[in-house]
Amino acid sequence: MLQLGVAEPMRECEYSQISTRSSTPMETPYKKRTPKKRKWQAFPGRNKFYCNGRIMMARQTGVFYLTLVLILITSGLFFTFDCPFLSVQLTPAIPVIGGVLFVFVLGTLFRTSFSDPGVLPRATPDEAADLERQIDVANGSSSGYRPPPRTKEVVINGQTVKLKYCFTCKIFRPPRASHCSLCDNCVERFDHHCPWVGNCVGKRNYRFFYMFILSLSFLTIFIFAFVITHVILRSHRQGFLNALKDTPASVLEVVVCFFSVWSIVGLSGFHTYLISSNQTTNEDIKGSWSSKRGKDNYNPYSHGNIFTNCCAALCGPLPPSLIDRRGFVQSDTPQPTPPTNGITMYGSTQSQSHMAAATPLMQSEPVILTDEASLPGRTSLGGPCSGALPLGGQPTPPTSTPNLSCDNGMLPTRNDHSEAHHHFLTPEEAPSPPGMLPCGSPLGHSHTIQGFYNPASQDSLHEDSVRGLVKLSSV
Amino acid sequence: MATEFHNLQELRHSASLANKVFLQRDYSDGTTCRFQTKFPSELESRIERPLFEDTVKRLNTYYAEAEKMGGQSYLEGCLACATAYLIFLCMETRYEKVLKKIGRYIQEQNEKIYAPRGLLITDPIERGMRVIEISIYEDRGSSGSCSGSSSTSGSSAR
Repeated sequence: MLQLGVAEPMRECEYSQISTRSSTPMETPYKKRTPKKRKWQAFPGRNKFYCNGRIMMARQTGVFYLTLVLILITSGLFFTFDCPFLSVQLTPAIPVIGGVLFVFVLGTLFRTSFSDPGVLPRATPDEAADLERQIDVANGSSSGYRPPPRTKEVVINGQTVKLKYCFTCKIFRPPRASHCSLCDNCVERFDHHCPWVGNCVGKRNYRFFYMFILSLSFLTIFIFAFVITHVILRSHRQGFLNALKDTPASVLEVVVCFFSVWSIVGLSGFHTYLISSNQTTNEDIKGSWSSKRGKDNYNPYSHGNIFTNCCAALCGPLPPSLIDRRGFVQSDTPQPTPPTNGITMYGSTQSQSHMAAATPLMQSEPVILTDEASLPGRTSLGGPCSGALPLGGQPTPPTSTPNLSCDNGMLPTRNDHSEAHHHFLTPEEAPSPPGMLPCGSPLGHSHTIQGFYNPASQDSLHEDSVRGLVKLSSV
Repeated sequence: MATEFHNLQELRHSASLANKVFLQRDYSDGTTCRFQTKFPSELESRIERPLFEDTVKRLNTYYAEAEKMGGQSYLEGCLACATAYLIFLCMETRYEKVLKKIGRYIQEQNEKIYAPRGLLITDPIERGMRVIEISIYEDRGSSGSCSGSSSTSGSSAR
């Protein structure tokens, strides 16, 4: 039995601690608080809530404020400096249309940023225990340190889809769901985590996100076009340089719009393609349904034609939020993985979130681009915990570690681990590389993490020593 | 749901929670909400199969109705978009209406069929639409053969 006094994140991997002893949580006395708590206050994910649970955002909201400031300033300058001239010279419809676009952009932005993207609540202890039982029964007795991977296969419209087990949320993820490492939640129909809107984009807010980038494209092009018109009209009278001196704000607007247009219009085009083929950013990047994977590979979720796909994505029924943020915590209902518990049967929450923080690339699919492609055998490791070095006892197939250059070296392993560990000791740093590029991932980042996950060797004696070293380095 | 707890408390006076059965989602039709209709073995001695299957099938129908993409849902979606989604402040979506209907149906089923048999169905919305949780109660003081065996089999699985 390993002494896990130091290795906090490793404790989570000893999922044998998840026991069915908790099958009667109803009888466990729950701390009674005098003021009734709302569910958002006990929410286990890494989200921020405002207005007593009405508003829900990711933890890192800095870039969202930047987005807001850019939109407000550019539009403000446009309405203050360009519109008076243009409404007189051309038509007063210009500020009106601009105003409508501006309101629409802000409305959809707030809707995207503040609403629940489709977070799946974590399993209650009973559910988790029941799933554990089922998995154990299905797999028989576990041989060695690691049991077989936790996946379920399902045939959807003729395509075999693998459902993965989420170690943090203790559920089998529904198809198209993914775990966002930044928010530490499983999100239904996960598209990507967008730092520009400060939230994940998932099933419930995808249409708002699409409307936001579409209307923002129109607004940007609109402002760009009319500011250029304004400057041209002025230069006909006064000359180019004088015109610029009269309206210096226009220069700023043109610069902002010019740089924004490419990215935003490009993004709109990309998402239009995704909607028409009913794919998520996640699936497109991984090429899940690309014909390159196989002749018979097709998207089982597509409705067949572009029109139906678009209608379904944009005008389909809006499912309600599953997390009930403003409901009151029932004192006799079992709360799944409450954040402030100490060592519960699921390990401490610190270790949980730490583990989650340290395992973004295993769980957050949009960021694992090269990982998934380069580690074909990774699924056999069964999730993030299996890759953790101290408990690595699995007979890892050598083909699954192409990036592992430190097969027999303990030092590189330790460095990798501590490097990765250190990286995730400061979660503020972590979001920026994966988050900034919704459609891409920094390869260097993923490379580091691979070193962390792959066990150094298959020799058990060697493993023991590696384990010891890793425990030391994790201090 | 308040009424559910009312039932629960009543059951608690004379019965204790013995076990819980979870009906998982059936994803064979995609991501639409459907639950597996497989009859769990723990309920064999408690309730007749047709009654149980009828309940689950009815729930599946309701969920399909909520998620159906037809003229009405498209109209609602377009109207909402046109009003910048402000209409949701005063109007309830069709999905929410159907969920309320489901809540009432489950409550009715509990009162009529399940509570008399010592069972209780939890509305799936309270479990994140992942499972239909069926709680099995045993009379306090009884030897509880069914519950005892299931809990010991659970712990022996460790």
